[in-house]
Amino acid sequence: MNSVKEKTFVKFEKIDKSYDGEVLVVKNLNLDIAKGEFVTMLGPSGSGKTTTLMMLAGFETPTNGEIYLDGMPISKIPPYEREIGMVFQNYALFPHMTVQENLAFPLEVRKMSKAETKEKVQKALDMVELGEFGTRFPAQLSGGQQQRVALARALVFEPRLVLMDEPLGALDKNLREQMQYEIKHIHDRIGITVVYVTHDQSEALTMSNRIAVFNDGLVQQLSTPDILYEKPENSFVAQFIGENNRMTGTIKSMENNYCSVELENGAGTVKALKVNVGEVGEKTQLSVRPERVSLGSEGNGENVFTGKVEELIYLGDHIRVRLDVCGNNEFIVKVPNEGSFDYNEGDSIKLNWNPNDIRALDLPN
Amino acid sequence: MEVPISTAELLTTDGVPLKQSLKKAERKNKIRAFLLVFPLLLFIIVTFVMPIGDMLLRSVDDTQINTVFPNTFAEFKKWDKEKDELPPEEVYKALFEELAYGDKIQVGRALTRMNYSKSGWKSLIKNTSRAIKKAVKKNEFPDSYKDFLITANDKWADPTFWYAMGQMVNNQTPIYYYNAIDMTYDQDQNVIRQEENRRVYVQTWIKTLKVSVYVTFFCLVLGFPVAHLLANLPLRYSNLLMIFVLLPFWTSLLVRTTAWIVMLQQQGVINGILVWLGILNDDGRLSMVYNETGTLIAMTQILLPFMILPLYSVMRVIPKSHMRAAQNLGAKPATAFWKVYLPQTIPGMSAGGLLVFVLAIGYFITPELVGGKDGKLIGSWIAYHLKTTLNWGLCAALGAILLGVMLVFYWLYNKIVGIDNIKLG
Repeated sequence: MNSVKEKTFVKFEKIDKSYDGEVLVVKNLNLDIAKGEFVTMLGPSGSGKTTTLMMLAGFETPTNGEIYLDGMPISKIPPYEREIGMVFQNYALFPHMTVQENLAFPLEVRKMSKAETKEKVQKALDMVELGEFGTRFPAQLSGGQQQRVALARALVFEPRLVLMDEPLGALDKNLREQMQYEIKHIHDRIGITVVYVTHDQSEALTMSNRIAVFNDGLVQQLSTPDILYEKPENSFVAQFIGENNRMTGTIKSMENNYCSVELENGAGTVKALKVNVGEVGEKTQLSVRPERVSLGSEGNGENVFTGKVEELIYLGDHIRVRLDVCGNNEFIVKVPNEGSFDYNEGDSIKLNWNPNDIRALDLPN
Repeated sequence: MEVPISTAELLTTDGVPLKQSLKKAERKNKIRAFLLVFPLLLFIIVTFVMPIGDMLLRSVDDTQINTVFPNTFAEFKKWDKEKDELPPEEVYKALFEELAYGDKIQVGRALTRMNYSKSGWKSLIKNTSRAIKKAVKKNEFPDSYKDFLITANDKWADPTFWYAMGQMVNNQTPIYYYNAIDMTYDQDQNVIRQEENRRVYVQTWIKTLKVSVYVTFFCLVLGFPVAHLLANLPLRYSNLLMIFVLLPFWTSLLVRTTAWIVMLQQQGVINGILVWLGILNDDGRLSMVYNETGTLIAMTQILLPFMILPLYSVMRVIPKSHMRAAQNLGAKPATAFWKVYLPQTIPGMSAGGLLVFVLAIGYFITPELVGGKDGKLIGSWIAYHLKTTLNWGLCAALGAILLGVMLVFYWLYNKIVGIDNIKLG
């Protein structure tokens, strides 16, 4: 994962984008992507991620700033000369051409010889395991097969870079998960640089080397999936990726990396990791992952609270417990199913968490 | 529970054959569906199938004259015809009697028909009729009917009239079809071309086809960019543009056609502007109306929406990402358009093209008003014979040929493009 970060391959430099001159859809975007990296732009709809992708593909022009590909500015290069492959949201397969013709299209416009074209098309089809389907029309294929054809078409002309714009959005859940692995494996095998756009966080976590979380035209955090999940830098990222328990309070004191936060409604004081906070006396939002909370009063004796069990949901491998803790009745704890859990709804329960696992972040706006 | 399984037929749980049970269950729905479409079916039969059938029958029908001269024709058929000979006495006798006692109105109608096969019949029969009626009144029946008739009018000694009668003795006749393509019979019953100054239809057919093809082509060339704009502009502008496209539909055809006359005539708006701008001098005014040019211009404008709307409905559903995908794959915009966009509009082009062509080939009012002498199409001739000469047989034959031409084009289209490729919306 770290070995590919040697050299910047795609560079967004101070990119601003506005469609109407009034609202910035992308604000001061600075992003470096290394060769061979799989980078995902993750964010809710309207966050600017697709616009960023379209600017890279050449279908939108940046209002300010420059994009560099392999060290060369590309703003003046038209899309058809950028040598960037792209998988579109609804595949954009040409319905009047067979699968083979679709795949041969980028090779034919490059004036490649017939024999070479045929060979490459077949190779690409074999790669996505659709070797037998070359003579079919896109409408005769299932959604997953169309998806694979679109992928093969984006790769067949050996582009410098592949962009994917929510390519799995139209598939059902099982197929989506299967395709995630397939795309990941193809990426591992041929080592091409991929820029991927999605609003599905589990998709992003599964596939990416690094994830850029977009919100409101800004990159909120750019890191590897594990860091993003375990060390979110602000409350948006904490909330958008994975599940978290939120509590708001006022900072009472700070020492070293920790701060002590007095919860609202006088529900107690929490010692938390100081991540993204202002001064003493200011408000903060605390975030702790459900699986980092343990039941009982063991541990190092810090952050021990009592909660009331509101709801139990049996999920097989773990039990999801909804508690009323510190005035928050949406507090979730995931208890691994080890066979020793015997609480009922309405019971009082002791719970605790490590100060390193609860992060003091900014207040969401 | 045991369910009987037989290889012959499946039974329901109650033991009734499955097919029978299904039929019973579906019957009510079938009846309801039929009752719903029945008024439309009836309407189509009465207003479409029956008139076309009637037209096709009428185009070959020759029974009317056979009911007026049954005996004459029966005797005529018995006659062993030889060149330059006159028929035997029996034929003259039967004709004498049928003219003497025949219904006057029926005879009158028959005369019109007789004149189609040879001019001169009408006056001949009228003349003879008068002589016969006079003789019958005096109760003077001649010994030789042949001599009597020849005395009454010496044309009865002219064999060509008798040859012409030979064209009428059957209940069916192809003469209207021959007439519709400028053919006729000569005195020896051979099919020959009409005399040169009577040839009008072939050139009109050619002109009709030519104008229809041109109009279709111009509509496609003018309509394609408009439809493309309609499909791709933001909703606000495309709605406005759509109103401009549809506006002609809300205006009377006559108003639009006469508006074109105002625009195009020699003292009209366009010529006026060109002269005023100094592009033309006053005696070099263009003649753009009352000729083929006028027909082409006016018909193209009037039929344009029929091209734009099907094209638009097809273009609207072509995803914009296709052009982007093509460019992303390395195609220049022109190549992307030619290879990816255009092929996907074929269903719209063919639907629009067929629609405009069908409408153009049978167009009547516009060519009639702005076409002048050389801009008239076949529709004008059909109307002329329908209203003025009352030669409905010829009308029917012209109509049937028009229908045939349409079917040929439809067949060709199906061979080349495939009819399931058509898409109106």
